[in-house]
Amino acid sequence: MTAALRFDPIRLPEKCEQLRKEVRAFLAEEIAAGTFDPHKPNREDTDAPEFSRRVGAKGWLGMTWPKKYGGQERSFLERYVVTEEMRVANAPTRRFFVADRQSGPVLIKYAPEHIKMEILPRICRGEICFAIGMSEPNSGSDLFAAKTRATKTDGGYLINGTKIWTSSAHIADYMIAIFRTSQPTKENRRHGLTQFLVKMKQPGIQVNPIGQITGQYEFNEVVFTDFFVPDDHVLGEVDGAWKQATSELAYERSGPERFLETYYVLTELVRAVGPNPDTRSAEGIGRLVAQLHTMRRMSVSVAGMLEAGKEPVVEASIVKDIGTVWEQQLPHRVRDLAAFVEETATNRETLERQLDFAIKTAPKLTIQGGTTEVLRGIIARGLGLR
Amino acid sequence: MAESDNIVVETAEKIFADLADPQTINNDKKNSWQAPLWQALSEAGLPLSWVPDDLGGSGASLADGFALLNAAGRFAVSVPLAETMLAGWLLAQAKIASPEGEMTVLPASPKDRITLDADGSLSGRSRGVPFAKAAKHFAVLAHGKDGVSIALLDAAKARIETGLNVGYDHSDTVTLDKVQPVTLKAAPKGFDQTTMLLMGGVARSLQIAGALESMLDISVRYSNERVAFEKKISKFQAVQHNLARLAGESAAALAAATSAADAIANAKAFDDEVYLEAASAKIRCAEAAEKGGAIAHQVHGAIGFTLEHILHRYSLRALAWRDDFGSESYWAVELGKLVANRGADELWPLVASR
Repeated sequence: MTAALRFDPIRLPEKCEQLRKEVRAFLAEEIAAGTFDPHKPNREDTDAPEFSRRVGAKGWLGMTWPKKYGGQERSFLERYVVTEEMRVANAPTRRFFVADRQSGPVLIKYAPEHIKMEILPRICRGEICFAIGMSEPNSGSDLFAAKTRATKTDGGYLINGTKIWTSSAHIADYMIAIFRTSQPTKENRRHGLTQFLVKMKQPGIQVNPIGQITGQYEFNEVVFTDFFVPDDHVLGEVDGAWKQATSELAYERSGPERFLETYYVLTELVRAVGPNPDTRSAEGIGRLVAQLHTMRRMSVSVAGMLEAGKEPVVEASIVKDIGTVWEQQLPHRVRDLAAFVEETATNRETLERQLDFAIKTAPKLTIQGGTTEVLRGIIARGLGLR
Repeated sequence: MAESDNIVVETAEKIFADLADPQTINNDKKNSWQAPLWQALSEAGLPLSWVPDDLGGSGASLADGFALLNAAGRFAVSVPLAETMLAGWLLAQAKIASPEGEMTVLPASPKDRITLDADGSLSGRSRGVPFAKAAKHFAVLAHGKDGVSIALLDAAKARIETGLNVGYDHSDTVTLDKVQPVTLKAAPKGFDQTTMLLMGGVARSLQIAGALESMLDISVRYSNERVAFEKKISKFQAVQHNLARLAGESAAALAAATSAADAIANAKAFDDEVYLEAASAKIRCAEAAEKGGAIAHQVHGAIGFTLEHILHRYSLRALAWRDDFGSESYWAVELGKLVANRGADELWPLVASR
């Protein structure tokens, strides 16, 4: 038996291709109607509540979830197609993508039935937005150093402390967060954290926007002061969040969003060089396309593993490691290759504007959702080195 | 394409394990292991896996043959197994029966061309032909005034200048000067030199991926044995992260190669989607051979740089295989031209076609 990880060549079934056509037609209509401009990834209005509802109405949110919660009971491969088409079109998915990708699945696994019945259908309708409360001012990658406290009180918990780098907290209706309910033990430093569902936009929660180097304000500091969370908002085992946090990672880390975040600059490069590129441009584009194709095949393969009920945590970490390093380098490679593009190229201004934004975006890609260093640690453990 | 769920691969792996143990053959300076290995492979019908029964082969599926090449890569065997398989496959395209014994294919580079003259003879020069010196016959793709033909040639009628690639395997220059073929037939409609080179490129991709699997294995094993600064080097985070990257390169190579193999095995024609798969596999596997091989050597330190250690059997061969049937630079230019020619808005539909 070799240590090598196999990514079997999963092909998307025919029904996915039909779905892809529907998604493309829908997005084309939205673009024509002026909902968003696919050439402007850096627009201000990344939050689009009406668009979110229309995506929900199509049945494309919570696609894999049980029907009784508003889902469609469709496959991970079908969800994959919707996700990649939205991403490539630069559709404004901010309002729903966290809920659809990971908050919903966490609720399905750990929330009490009445909470599921209340919240999941609203996610599926595209009505509500979720944030994830993991990092704190003094704990980022070291998740289990979190200090924000949940103190037991009558009928629930009182929360005190600060979460930080919380994407979308300023628009979120809910947050799934981990808080400290006990101190870690000598035997297990990961003990003592509990996962909670938090209803946002209430007294006791203050959301302070943080400016990012792209000029956007997408992440926030979230301060909790004696904020009350009822008992039925505990998700899973008290003090046992460490057992729950890892299985979700395969969903979070292997999707097409992990290599397509700066994809738009490659499209514009191809447009800029035109139908008869010089050798240098042709070779550069050929290599980038080969690398992109390979990552997508790996990512689709992981979707197939999820569909088969596996927990491909190591495989997903490899996809995210290779994918995010690639999408981080992509704007710089495109800049190299565009250096000799004719001044007269019709999309020159678009490409330059996009590069400006993509180059500023690049540094975050290997940090958010699990740093490269954390991922390589997980892969090393999978290899039996730790 | 799991490694042990098909009988072809199981048979091959048993033969490799018995007769091509890496340490044993690495110690054997006279290469006396090669003849018994080739004999065992031949008796099992493996070199003619892709030749139908009625043309003298064992009629395995394309998929099984690809899996066999991946296994051969894991053992980095330096006998003309892949070359004979490709030659048999090429001849079978024109319904030409395969003879016994070692074969190879030409041309092996997109720069070279063999021409078919009006008198039915073949002329031209083909460089970098793997194992030409060892081959008894050549399967040749030739261009004549009526299009593309496929021919079986007696190797003794060609002029061969021998050479070695960076993996110490034969990579020879074959010159044909009005050589009359044993058999010559028209290639099927649509079959051309690009088709043949893509098929060769996918074969090499699977071999490179296999070699990387083995490089990862022996590097992980070594890091768990070697002690430095009073601990196993596998406990150093810098080493762990290097090995994690090697695992990523190995996985990417295997994914690209098996995906391309699957695409060809199920394709009705060599269309743009198959072209993307095959060219990408060669490009990505070649890149992985460079990046992954460098890490394997770094983990091993000086011992991996010695002839007595087996690492170079995999690392150098993986690098050498990059050059056969069009280098990654060649395929990147061709793929880039294809993409540019289709236009910017057709790139994503191509990538997302499967």
